[in-house]
Amino acid sequence: MTATLDRPDDTAAAPKRPPRWWLLLGRDKLAAVAAVVLGLVLLTALIGPLLLGDAATRQDLNASLRPPSFDHGITGLLGTDILGRSVLARLVEAAGTTLSVAIPAVLFSLVAGSAIGMWAGYHGGRRENIAMRVADVILSFPSLLLAVVVLYVFTPSVANIVFILALARIPIYLRTARAEAAELKSRLFVDAARTFGTTSWPTIYRHILPIAMPTLLTVATLDFCFVMLSESSLSFLGIGIQPPDVSWGLMVAQGRQFLQTAWWIAVLPGVAIVLTTVSATILAAWVRLATDPAQRWRLTLPTSKRGKRSVTTEVTA
Amino acid sequence: MNPLPGTATAEPEARTGEPALAVEHLSVDLHTASGTVRAVDDVSFSVHKGRTLALLGESGCGKSMTALSIVGLLEPVAEVVGGSVKAGGTDVLTLGRRARRRLAGPVLSIVFQDALAALNPVQPVGRQLGEPFRIHHGLSRREAKEKAIELMRIVGIPEPRARARSYPHQFSGGMRQRLLIAMAVALAPDVLLADEPTTALDVTVQAQIMQLLRDLRAERDMAVVLITHDLAVVAEHADDVVIMYAGNVVETGPVREVFADPRHPYTRGLLDSVPERAEKGKPLPAVGGSPPELSNVPPGCVFQARCPLARERCADERPRLTATGPARAAACHFSEELASV
Amino acid sequence: MSEPTPLLEVTGLRKSFRVARNKAGRNRLTALDGVDLRLGRGETLGLVGESGCGKSTLARVVLMLDRPDEGTMRFDGVDPFALKGRELLAWRRRVQMVFQDPFASLNARMTAADLIGEPWRTHRDLVPTPKQREARVRELLDLVGLRASDAHRYPNEFSGGQRQRIGIARALALEPDLIVCDEPVSALDLSVQAQVLNLLADLQQRLGVSYVFISHDLSVVRHVADRVSVMYLGKIIEHGLTEDVFDRPLHPYTAALMSAAPALEPDGTAGTGDRILLSGELPSPLDPPSGCRFRTRCWQAADRCAEEQPDPRGRGDGTLEPHEGRCHYPLSLTPMGA
Repeated sequence: MTATLDRPDDTAAAPKRPPRWWLLLGRDKLAAVAAVVLGLVLLTALIGPLLLGDAATRQDLNASLRPPSFDHGITGLLGTDILGRSVLARLVEAAGTTLSVAIPAVLFSLVAGSAIGMWAGYHGGRRENIAMRVADVILSFPSLLLAVVVLYVFTPSVANIVFILALARIPIYLRTARAEAAELKSRLFVDAARTFGTTSWPTIYRHILPIAMPTLLTVATLDFCFVMLSESSLSFLGIGIQPPDVSWGLMVAQGRQFLQTAWWIAVLPGVAIVLTTVSATILAAWVRLATDPAQRWRLTLPTSKRGKRSVTTEVTA
Repeated sequence: MNPLPGTATAEPEARTGEPALAVEHLSVDLHTASGTVRAVDDVSFSVHKGRTLALLGESGCGKSMTALSIVGLLEPVAEVVGGSVKAGGTDVLTLGRRARRRLAGPVLSIVFQDALAALNPVQPVGRQLGEPFRIHHGLSRREAKEKAIELMRIVGIPEPRARARSYPHQFSGGMRQRLLIAMAVALAPDVLLADEPTTALDVTVQAQIMQLLRDLRAERDMAVVLITHDLAVVAEHADDVVIMYAGNVVETGPVREVFADPRHPYTRGLLDSVPERAEKGKPLPAVGGSPPELSNVPPGCVFQARCPLARERCADERPRLTATGPARAAACHFSEELASV
Repeated sequence: MSEPTPLLEVTGLRKSFRVARNKAGRNRLTALDGVDLRLGRGETLGLVGESGCGKSTLARVVLMLDRPDEGTMRFDGVDPFALKGRELLAWRRRVQMVFQDPFASLNARMTAADLIGEPWRTHRDLVPTPKQREARVRELLDLVGLRASDAHRYPNEFSGGQRQRIGIARALALEPDLIVCDEPVSALDLSVQAQVLNLLADLQQRLGVSYVFISHDLSVVRHVADRVSVMYLGKIIEHGLTEDVFDRPLHPYTAALMSAAPALEPDGTAGTGDRILLSGELPSPLDPPSGCRFRTRCWQAADRCAEEQPDPRGRGDGTLEPHEGRCHYPLSLTPMGA
C-alpha cells in the first residue's frame, strides 16, 4: 500500500466530517483578511451611497484639488477633485457602479463560457469544433473595437456595457472549461459514471464541474480586474459609464491629467481596484484548496508551515 | 559467525574480500507536513561482486528510499540521519556533493522503473548514452557516440547506429528500459541498483530484461541490488534477500533458504498469498489488514497488527534481527516457532 | 456444462481506431479483430494478454463505453446496442465494472458513501429514500469489509486496497449480473491483492455474479478463472478451460507467456523448466503481420504462417469443453513440463 503521509493523524484515527468552511477561513489569516476586504467593498457599494447623500456630486470650486487631510470632515478625508467634489464620496459612489458592471459581466461570461466549454469538451467531435471556432472568431476580434461599435450603435447603458464585456470574455472561460473537460472525460471515474448509465449533463455537473470550478474561478478573479479596466477604457472614450455617474475606472481616467499635481484623484481609485482584485484572487486560491478534500487539511496548518515543501505525492518505496 | 545482524552475506566462496556495497545501520527520516517520520530504520546489508541482492517489500516499506539514499538522490524532504554506506572503499555518505557525483557511474549507478521519465525527451538517445563518457572520460562527441552505439548493441537494441539518432518516445517500453540499463552500466559500475526495473513491462519483455541484467552482471562482475515487490522475480534472479516492512528489515538471508523456510510471519504471509501456490477454489491465505502508516508505526514489533503470532511481548518490545541460521536473520520474537520440522 | 443461453455471448467483434498516421501511412489501429467470447452465469472468464492486445477495448465494448465496428453482442439473449431509453438504463444496471486503478477511478471530491451511492442517482427507483440509501451503503461497506464509519471519508484517506473495495462496492450497488474486472489487483500489493481476490470469490459465491476477469498476471487468472481466453494483437488465439489452457497450451504464444512469467515453487525456488524466451516485441497493431499474428516472434513459424491466417483448431481428445487455438502447428498433445 502507499503510505499516505500527507495527512494528519487525527483524521486517520477518527473519521469526521470536514471542518466548517468559516473555521478553515479563520485559520488562514490572509484569506480571512481578503474576505473581510471584499465584504467591506460590497457593503460600501450597497449602503455607502445612502449614507453620503449627494456628497459625490456636490461641487465646491473653492475646495478644488484639496489634498487628503483631516481638516474638512469625512468628505475631505481623501481630498477633492478639480470641481471640489469629495474623492471619498466619489469612491464610495463609484464602488457601486463598478461592481454592478464587473460582477454581472464576470458572472455572465463565467457561467455561459463554462457551460458551453464543458459541454463542448465532454462531447468532443463536431460540437467541440463549432464551439471552438466561434470562440476563435470572438477572440480574434479586438474586444474594445467590438465594444466601441456596439455601444456606438446602441446607447451606452450599464446593461449594454455588461453585455458586451461579458460576450467578449466568454471565449476565455470556454477554452479553459473545454480543456479541463476534454482531459477529465477520459478519467476513469467518468467512465465509471457512464457504466451506471449517467447521461452527459449529470456527469458534467457531478464530475467535471467540481474539478474545473477552482480553475475557472481563478480565471474569473483575474478577469475581474480586466473587466474593470475595460470598463474604464470605454468610459474614457466616452461610451462607457456616463458622467455624472462615476466608476473607479472613470476616476482613474479623469485623474490622469492631474497625476503631477493631485495624485490622489487617480491613485486612490487605482488602489481600490487593486485591493479588490488581489483580495478576490487570494480568496479564489483559498477556495481552490478548501474544496479539495485531499488538500483541505493544509488549511488547518499555520501559514508558515504550508509554504514549506511537503510530501504531496504518495511516497512509494 | 554473523558479524552484523541483518547482513545478508554471500555464500562462503563469494565472501572473500570486501563487499562491493555495505550498508550499515542506515536510517532515513522523512519530513512531512504532519511531522517527521522514520522511513528507513536501521537497515544493514551487503552485497559482493557478481551477486544479486534483492530488497523485497510492499510499497511504502522503505526499499526505494534505501536505494535512493545509497545513490544520493533523496528528495529534499528526506534526510539520512544515521548509518554508513560503504562502496569503492569509502563511506559515500560522508562525501561532499561533487565527490559523490564522481562516484555515480564508475562505482554506483541506478536503473529506474519509469524509463520514459528517466530519459531526456528532447535529446537523441545516442547523445544521452554518450554523456557519461564525455563527463567522466573526457571523450569527444564523436568518440562518445561510438561508445554509445557499442552500448546499445550490448544491451540488444537492433540497428544501434540508425537508432542512436532516435528520441526516447520512439522506443517501446522494453527498449527504453534497455537504454536505461545501457546508461547505467556505461562506466562499468561496481554496484548496479535496479529499482523495480520490470514493473511497467509485459511478462515476455520482463523476462528479456531480467535476462539482460543477469548477463551483464556475469560479464562485468557487478554487484546487483534488485529492488522489487515481486516474490517470483526474487526467487528467480536473486541470491540473497532483504525483506522490509514499514521501514524495518524483518528477515534476511539466502533466497532459497528464506523462501523455503521463512522465519518471519510476514515473509510467511507473503509467500502464502502468492496465488500460484494456493489451491484453486479455496480462499487465498491473505495477510489481513494493511501496513501501518509511517506516522503511526507501533512502538513494539512493526508487524504486530497483522501478525497471527502476536502476543503481549510484541506490543512492548521491538524484536531485533537475530540469527536464525548461518547467514540468516529474522526480527521476530517467536521465529523458532515458524521453523519447519 | 453451460448449454443454456450464456449470460454473455460475443461474436466476430471488430473495432478499430483512427490514430496519427505512422511512417507506412497507416492510421487505423485494429484493437479487436474478430473476437468471440462466451460466458455462463456465475462463471469467471479470464482474459489474458500483454498490453496493447485489445483486452481493455474488449472490456469497454462489453460495457458499451465503445461501439464495435462489426460483430454482435448478446447479453442474456438481447443485443444491448439495440436498446434505448428505459431498457438501456435497465441493462446498464446489469453490467458493471471494477477498474484497474483504484486512485483514478474514484472522484477524489466525493465521500465513500457518495461514491458507492452514485449509481443510484441515475437509477433512482432502486433505492428511493435517503434513509434506505444510507442503510444500503452501510450494507455494502460491510459486504466488502469496510466499516460503517468509513462512509464519510474521502478516497485520499484510504489505502489502495481499501479504495479498490470501495470500487467493488460501487459496482455492486446496482446488483449486477456481470462485473468486468479490468486488472483489479495489479495496482495492489501482494498481501492486499490476496484479500481482494478472496473478496471477489466470496461475492461470486454469495451473489452468483459472473466475472470477466482481465489480467496480465497468469497466476492470478489461473487461480480465479473457470475459463481462459488468451489475446494477442486483437485476436483470441486460444481459449478453453483454465486447466486445459495452463497445463496443455495449444498455441506457442500461450506457452511462451506462461514460461516467461517468473514462477515460485512451493519449496521457495524459482520455477525450473526451460524458459521460452521470445525474441523481439509486440509488433505494432497499426501494421500487424500477415497470416498468423504471432509468426514474427514464433520459433516454429513456417512459410504457411505468413500466408494463411490460422483458424481455430481444437484438441481432438473427445472432451466436451472446447479447447481451441489459432495455430497451424499446435503444440503437441503431450502435456508440457510445467
